[in-house]
Amino acid sequence: MIWLASLAVSLPFLAAFAGMLFGPSLTRVLGGRPEAPAPLRNGPALIACLPIAVSLVLAAVAAFVVWRDPGERTGELTVIQTGSVPIRVGLQVDGLAAVVGLMVCCVALAVQVYSVAYMRGDRRYSSYAAFVSMFTAAMLLVVYSGDLLVLYAGWEVMGICSYFLIGHHWEDRANSRAAVKAFLVTRLGDVGFLLGILVLGTQAGSFEIDEILRDQGALSGTTTTVAALLLLAGVAGKSAQFPLHTWLPDAMAGPTPISALIHAATMVAAGIYVVARLYDVFVTSTAALTVLAVAAVISMVGAALAALAQDDLKRVLAYSTISQLAVMAAGLAVGAYNPAIFHLLTHGAFKALLFLSAGCVIVVAGSNLLAHYGGLRRGMPITFWSMTVGFAALAGVPPFSGWFSKDSVIEAAQHAALHGGESTSATALHRFSVDDTSSLQWPGDVVPTFQKLPSAYQSELSIDLRAATAVVDLPAGVAWLVYLGLLLTVALTAAYAMRAWLMTFFGEPRGTYEIREPSRFMSWTVAALAVPAAILGFFGLGKEDLRPHLGAALLSVLLVAVGAGAAYLLWNRDPALDPARALGGVRPVLARAFYVDELYAVAIVRPVQALARYVVTFDRRQVDGAVVGTGRGARWLGGLLRVPQNGNAQTYLTGLLAGVVVIVAGVVIFL
Amino acid sequence: MHLAYPTVVAALLFSVGVYGVLARRNAILVLMSVELMLNAVNLNLVTFDIWYQDRLHGGQVLTLFTIVIAAAEIGLGLAIVLLVYRNRRMVDVDRLRDLAEDTARPAEVEREAEPVEEAAP
Repeated sequence: MIWLASLAVSLPFLAAFAGMLFGPSLTRVLGGRPEAPAPLRNGPALIACLPIAVSLVLAAVAAFVVWRDPGERTGELTVIQTGSVPIRVGLQVDGLAAVVGLMVCCVALAVQVYSVAYMRGDRRYSSYAAFVSMFTAAMLLVVYSGDLLVLYAGWEVMGICSYFLIGHHWEDRANSRAAVKAFLVTRLGDVGFLLGILVLGTQAGSFEIDEILRDQGALSGTTTTVAALLLLAGVAGKSAQFPLHTWLPDAMAGPTPISALIHAATMVAAGIYVVARLYDVFVTSTAALTVLAVAAVISMVGAALAALAQDDLKRVLAYSTISQLAVMAAGLAVGAYNPAIFHLLTHGAFKALLFLSAGCVIVVAGSNLLAHYGGLRRGMPITFWSMTVGFAALAGVPPFSGWFSKDSVIEAAQHAALHGGESTSATALHRFSVDDTSSLQWPGDVVPTFQKLPSAYQSELSIDLRAATAVVDLPAGVAWLVYLGLLLTVALTAAYAMRAWLMTFFGEPRGTYEIREPSRFMSWTVAALAVPAAILGFFGLGKEDLRPHLGAALLSVLLVAVGAGAAYLLWNRDPALDPARALGGVRPVLARAFYVDELYAVAIVRPVQALARYVVTFDRRQVDGAVVGTGRGARWLGGLLRVPQNGNAQTYLTGLLAGVVVIVAGVVIFL
Repeated sequence: MHLAYPTVVAALLFSVGVYGVLARRNAILVLMSVELMLNAVNLNLVTFDIWYQDRLHGGQVLTLFTIVIAAAEIGLGLAIVLLVYRNRRMVDVDRLRDLAEDTARPAEVEREAEPVEEAAP
């Protein structure tokens, strides 16, 4: 079992090095043209795609095994003695890890296959593919890791890979700046994350996740709160939540498949995954949950509002990612563990789909701007229908996957809001009772070929329940805030999804390009991803807390209708114009995402730059001055001594004689 | 004869030599002053040889050595003076300043370290 996980992690890792070293020569061996080889003769592409495909199979096998025989499997590869708390390099496969790992592999494979066509002819494709492999391996390491420090290693490798990939087209200064920004902002959170790990590890006497979860009851409340808050800093950085979210929209500078990878499977999912992984720690700290909930509400509403006014299709999707991740974070904050993870999975599916189809649109239209699209549905039906599924899932239109998962989060939030803190404990008890029977209640109407997968998901999710037995103690006011924020987000999400959809695919074409389907590699990948994005929601039907509930479901459908309807009516007045014009004077504020970037620039970037400039000046004037001054002083003294050296040998001799006389006199007088 | 006479004479002779070496401007006179100093030393050697009644007459032998060396030295010195005279048409020691640092081109040119521009913008 553990070797399955180890192989799944190490295959893409090795593929990264192999692709970098041997990729181009493999292309030559296979006889492909070096600048734009055919897909099957493309060395780097083969080295990138095949290992991740094998990893996908391994992850699926692991998930299947966990489904057949629920429980947690841990394995220790080696122990590093550090003198105090040993680091156990171990992996751990339980329900949560198995499903998320499977999702990561699926999305990564889709992205790799898609990139073969998307990045065709790119000079640095081999390094690109290698970094994608490395990125995937790092995420799988995070997912399967059984030790916090091993997890942290994967976490950091992801950070550096995201830097390289976002800055793939570094020739453009803006892209490399975006990469640096992403790296620095996530790094800021990582500092907190590392400190949080150290606090937890030293206090619990072990870095092993199991051990920490087992012992965390013995830890003092202050310790857990401090650790949870520090971890939240890292989570906010990686998952792009409120104070540290600014890197994500700028990360759109990277190639589109990278956006899909970062947004759906790897980077941003890691933050939520870690909260889920260490959920027991978070649950015991009301303060941490409150902070998580408030940050989530700000992120989800703010990002949804910002998405409403973006001109760039990818930025719309970027803000929607922030918003959707905040939905998951909010779900975790109100104790809806399973719904949040469920939303993570469905979001992975539909956001990968959305980004990859956005890539198709961008390739065809040659522009990122919504204003240049229009009427694309006629020429590119596969992309159109796939993206429609994606947007429907994003907006939460029944019966697409997003509706199920978002609805279950809303339901849990409603429960928490209405019943205050103790509500979730009731849910927890309830889950307990459902737990044993749930794995047998498969929905009968699921397509037979998918019988295995849903059951796997199902069972994983039912295993997860056991981890989430703790009582979530969230102040009722915060719970209400989360609930109302979620409802508002639903309406806003529907509105911006509708706007982007209409502006892209309907109306008259606004550009001078030929509308056609892009390469088959791209459109087929997109079409394949549309399947899970559409039906993943049904896999939750067997689980009590993942099933749609009538009241909440009707309310959210109503809100979707209101949001989407408003966007449609505005658009219908004049299809050539942007519906966002109705926002009026607020639009620039939203388009700049409430000037958070500008605020940071004033509050942080400029003072830091001023300080840096001061330090440089100080270095030049003071430190360099001291060094140069020493030199000048020595030279001046030397100048004094240079005066007697006038070239007159008689003067020298006189000096010599005077010296001898003085010495002799001294010897005579003093001895 | 009392020891004081020859030693005082030698001391005076040596002092005259020292004065000549340090103060005369003509190179030949400087060389002659060196000879005076050497001869003052010779006088001392002979004096103390007699005074100690050295059986092997080491002082007198050493004096002969000194005279030979002085002859060689004066030959060399006069050759240098001749060369100097040929090159410069003068033998004024005060004006022979080639040992001094070349003021036109100081040993270490003032290479003012220009502040290196940092790579960062």
